[in-house]
Amino acid sequence: MAEMTYRQALHDTLREELQRDENVFLIGEEIGRFEGSYKITAGLLQEFGPKRVVDTPICENGFVGLAIGAAMLGLRPIVEIMTINFIALAMDEIVNHAAKIYYMFGGQCPVPLVIRTPGGGGQQLSATHSQNLEVWFAHVPGLKVVAPSTPADARGLLRTAVRDDNPVLFLENLALYNTRGEVPEGDYTIPIGKAQVMKEGHDLTIISYSRMAVVALDVARRLEQERQLSIEVVDVRSLRPLDHETVVNSVKKTNRAIIFEEDWRSYGVGAELAATLQEEAFDYLDAPIQRVAGAEVPLPYSKPLEQAALPSARQLVEAVDRLAIRKRRVVYA
Amino acid sequence: MAIHQIDPGLVPFQILDPEGNLVGEMPALSPERLLYFYRMMRLARAFSDRIIAMQRQGRATTFGSLTGQEAATVGLAAPLQPQDWLATSYREIASLIVKGVPLSTLVYSFRGYTPPNWPAETRCLPYQIVIGTQIPHAVGLAMAARIAGDPVVAVGVCGDGATSEGDFNEALNFAGVFRAPVVIIVQNNGWAISVPRHRQSAAPTLAARGVGFGVPAALVDGNDILAVYETVRQAVERARAGDGPTLIELLTYRLGSHTTADDASRYRDPAEVEAWRAKDPIARLQKFLRRRDLLSEEQDEEIGASVLAEIDAAVREAEAMPPMAPDSFFDYVSATLPPRLQEQRAELLRFVAPSPSQRQPGERR
Ligand SMILES: Cc1ncc(C[n+]2csc(CCOP(=O)(O)OP(=O)(O)O)c2C)c(N)n1
Ligand SMILES: [Mg+2]
Repeated sequence: MAEMTYRQALHDTLREELQRDENVFLIGEEIGRFEGSYKITAGLLQEFGPKRVVDTPICENGFVGLAIGAAMLGLRPIVEIMTINFIALAMDEIVNHAAKIYYMFGGQCPVPLVIRTPGGGGQQLSATHSQNLEVWFAHVPGLKVVAPSTPADARGLLRTAVRDDNPVLFLENLALYNTRGEVPEGDYTIPIGKAQVMKEGHDLTIISYSRMAVVALDVARRLEQERQLSIEVVDVRSLRPLDHETVVNSVKKTNRAIIFEEDWRSYGVGAELAATLQEEAFDYLDAPIQRVAGAEVPLPYSKPLEQAALPSARQLVEAVDRLAIRKRRVVYA
Repeated sequence: MAIHQIDPGLVPFQILDPEGNLVGEMPALSPERLLYFYRMMRLARAFSDRIIAMQRQGRATTFGSLTGQEAATVGLAAPLQPQDWLATSYREIASLIVKGVPLSTLVYSFRGYTPPNWPAETRCLPYQIVIGTQIPHAVGLAMAARIAGDPVVAVGVCGDGATSEGDFNEALNFAGVFRAPVVIIVQNNGWAISVPRHRQSAAPTLAARGVGFGVPAALVDGNDILAVYETVRQAVERARAGDGPTLIELLTYRLGSHTTADDASRYRDPAEVEAWRAKDPIARLQKFLRRRDLLSEEQDEEIGASVLAEIDAAVREAEAMPPMAPDSFFDYVSATLPPRLQEQRAELLRFVAPSPSQRQPGERR
């Protein structure tokens, strides 16, 4: 085990995959000379040269399409979209082509493409630069979507994504880059489509992903200390495919669920999770499923306003309180 | 004539050389107008310096330097009429000032707030930070004005990097096909963050794009405010007369870093920066005005002091403006707030109570 930041874990994994497989190459805006807007690709142009680390003109649809073409011939492009907000300009290539070429060419032509991109608010980047759009991709058959919350998961899932023969959207989060954690040594991978129980508990389950999973774990540990509540935290890690089994089993045990997500509430990741739980664990639920999500507004630029619009630990604690009250009623009634 | 029907060529149109000598035909501009140009350029530079200083002090958010591009940005806005539209990026703040957006409104926006009083009558769209997207908007404004029969011209401005986006090329194509009364201006400042101009396009000039779209184009020395003014004036006149769109490339240079979050010395050769510093657009007009006895030393100092005083006053005013109410971002999500969002607003207010002092009189809830 070594302690490192989420940023370092991503950087080291990219470097190792470039070393391991000469078909792997990186492409995106400002990733070479500038070393990435968030410095994930620091030093890689110098080490691997401009054929393996390609700086592009500003044209997201163009370089995603180009990467798809390269992937069809067996290369393994790893595209960086500076932030998920600019992915809107590449939607046709991703949704109509990356996700469908394998199907439409009768399985003759896989598209082993990874698109890395950070989402998330809290950085004072304002309405068009602070969004959580991952659910768009989680909706599309033919794509895989992963959203690691820890350095260890970032590393294991990025390795798997690069070696996977399908197009994978790899969601990072701006506020996670400097977070630290233990990362196992060696060439370990994490399967796509496997959730992780971050903390076991029996009173209720908080289901989350990406940065909000880190906040959820923090809240769960605190409430265990302060209120002797035993909270289970499940990080789904993959949004597509979604690990129904782990989520459903957790709720069968705790009988209560809160979904904690940074994206907008309506039609968000939480909606899919809540629907899955009522389909597969209805008889085990002792209370309505709670969703704690972002206010459905374009994110403000000003710091206090932005913080007000983002889902917070305080709101999560309140949701826990609502469910815990119900629990007491059940126990003592 | 700065605007070429077919090939804009490789030699930029120039009226003042870098030493401030007249090398072309002097446009019909009064001494007062020339002094106004000079003052606005000084104001733009001082304003940029001030917001960058405020950002360092934690009083403003991320800001992109305007330094070095004052002739381009002041010169492109100067020929516009009040009824004309202007759609820009974050790099053309000086154009917005010339078109009439108050400094205090801009300072308030750089504090991180949506100005409640963005002056719609200036016909400036709020500056765009998603690259290239304002150019189709400009073409749309122009086409709408033509359908309405208004003698209105729309001007869309973007950077060299933006010319790689589909939006830019699609907009140019529309402008050509529909002969829209639009002027599309590229501020080629040499760099798109760390990407140099030659890594953006293999075309010899960005003005040359016009040929492929059947849009007349001009290549202009963007540090020569007289050349910028005169070219844009002709293009606006052409558009107003129903003669269609024009593409204009302004050759200039971003002397500062991309934004306050960038350090350009990491990727730029200092010799290149110094070479462009010698072509400073403000110094060029200053030399010209001095030589013609249109600007005395005292007048020059007075201008310097007066722009600083104007900026001081704007900053004071913007800092005295109340911050937005903590739930204000619900106000303009849509024309009417659907029930679910009303609930979310009520929910939010339980967590962040608006202090009454933060509300302006009559402010919308
Ligand atoms: C669609 C989109 N892609 C990427 C970015 C990130 N970005 C911000 S500024 C910039 C460079 C723009 O360069 P240029 O068009 O030359 O304008 P300049 O900053 O030089 O004025 C980039 C890539 C963005 N804002 N929008
Ligand atoms: Mg540029």
